[in-house]
Amino acid sequence: MVAITYIEHNGTRHTVDVVVGKTVMEGARDNGIPGIEADCGGAFACSTCHVYVDPAWVDLLPAKEAMEEDMLDFAYEPDPVRSRLTCQVKVTDGLKGLVVQMPEKQI
Amino acid sequence: MTGIVVVGGGQAGASLVAKLREVGYSGRLTLICGERVPPYQRPPLSKAYLKGDMDRERLFLRPESFYASQDIDLRLGDWVTEIDPAARLLKVGGETLAYSQLALTTGSVPRRLPALIGGSLGGVYVIRGLADIDAMAPEFVAGRRLLIVGGGYIGLEAAAVAASLGLEVTLIEAAPRILQRVAAPETSDYFRALHAAHGVRLLEGTSLDRLLGSGTVRAAALSDGRELETDFVLVGVGVSPATGLAEAAGLAIDNGIRTDEQGRTSDPAIWAAGDCASFPHKGTRIRLESVGHAIDHAECVAANMIGVDRAYIATPWFWSDQYDVKLQIAGLNTGYDRVVERSGESLSTSIWYYKGDQLLAVDAVNDPRAYMVAKRIIEAGHTVDPQLVQDPDTDLRHLLAIAAAPDTSAAAS
Repeated sequence: MVAITYIEHNGTRHTVDVVVGKTVMEGARDNGIPGIEADCGGAFACSTCHVYVDPAWVDLLPAKEAMEEDMLDFAYEPDPVRSRLTCQVKVTDGLKGLVVQMPEKQI
Repeated sequence: MTGIVVVGGGQAGASLVAKLREVGYSGRLTLICGERVPPYQRPPLSKAYLKGDMDRERLFLRPESFYASQDIDLRLGDWVTEIDPAARLLKVGGETLAYSQLALTTGSVPRRLPALIGGSLGGVYVIRGLADIDAMAPEFVAGRRLLIVGGGYIGLEAAAVAASLGLEVTLIEAAPRILQRVAAPETSDYFRALHAAHGVRLLEGTSLDRLLGSGTVRAAALSDGRELETDFVLVGVGVSPATGLAEAAGLAIDNGIRTDEQGRTSDPAIWAAGDCASFPHKGTRIRLESVGHAIDHAECVAANMIGVDRAYIATPWFWSDQYDVKLQIAGLNTGYDRVVERSGESLSTSIWYYKGDQLLAVDAVNDPRAYMVAKRIIEAGHTVDPQLVQDPDTDLRHLLAIAAAPDTSAAAS
């Protein structure tokens, strides 16, 4: 288990333990954290699990694939550096303490 | 004290109960699921789960503990057998349950082949529930022969999985082309070529006369006179809304359980959402079979059940995964009179559906940028010049910037 902190757009913080091997999206979903909708269930078909990764963590995550870049390009107010789709980020031991922030809305 | 009861534990039911709690409903809440597993995702059933790439537990929309933590009474393996709208009672598992409001999220049921033409032989499967997939999984062994009846998305996705696993796959489609009901010829052409390249034999304009075998299916007699030997059969010929319970309760049925803009049925205390419900949409009445709709419709109904009074506005989107190709669809192409194709790099392309000057829908193949741009244009009620769309030199970002409401004065002339 790895502790991940999800910060809602309104500033509410949720720190939860997520099983290694799941995705950051599944960690939010399984713990009922609002702000990550993940309508497609992690099939990489929508863009409703978008977050801004805390700047300290950006370089510690695996790089984005082209498809993720493309989906994020037209997400709601993407940040070229910090935006990620959480269904594409697998939880590893190295992500202990990861902090992500949700956008105002998901589209 | 009687509270809200939701019947049907698919995507719509799960979204509906979660939303009710989120919007502040704190009364009694019961979700009744016919299957013995908590609500799960269906889309992977014909994709990653069928292929064996996804664990069962990962399909669950929420961990089972979520329902208890939200004070939701999750009843698994229980079927509602009768609703009495006048008394606001329902029968479930030999018990009578009272409700103050009821939501029907009963989903849809797969069409099966009639027993008369061999539909009830062993080795004949449909793709709808977890149990269907678990039952057919042992059949998916390299080298075995599979016949798929129906060239819609479900059949094609199953064909992709089977071909990837080394099965010998034949798919028959009664219509002149695969995906005829849901897509333009350009999209059919793309997927025909894709499957052919993976060794799937596609027989379009070919229907099934009957399945042959004693006990277990052995062969299929096709409309072109040939007899095709097969080890097992998947039937993907669409679904019907699960309206039996509603119909028996005397609710209005009209291509599904008839609901108004808010999701209310003909009984003021009963609501319906998702696959099972038809609803008003742009001057007509439609029914949608998709995850995106099931979520949005259910969430809208949840809000309305606590008195929000919001009209549901559908923003349809769909996806399909076949081999390493992802198709994303924004909008509904019903009534289109022309399409333009925008070819991208390597295997990517997008098909843009228009009615007059109005962009209706886009099929984006391995092109998420086209999908995202089209989705935003369509959901805003805007459109964009098809000639610009077709021109590969036009940047998608530019299309989004110039998209505007259609010129109604021109359309009227």
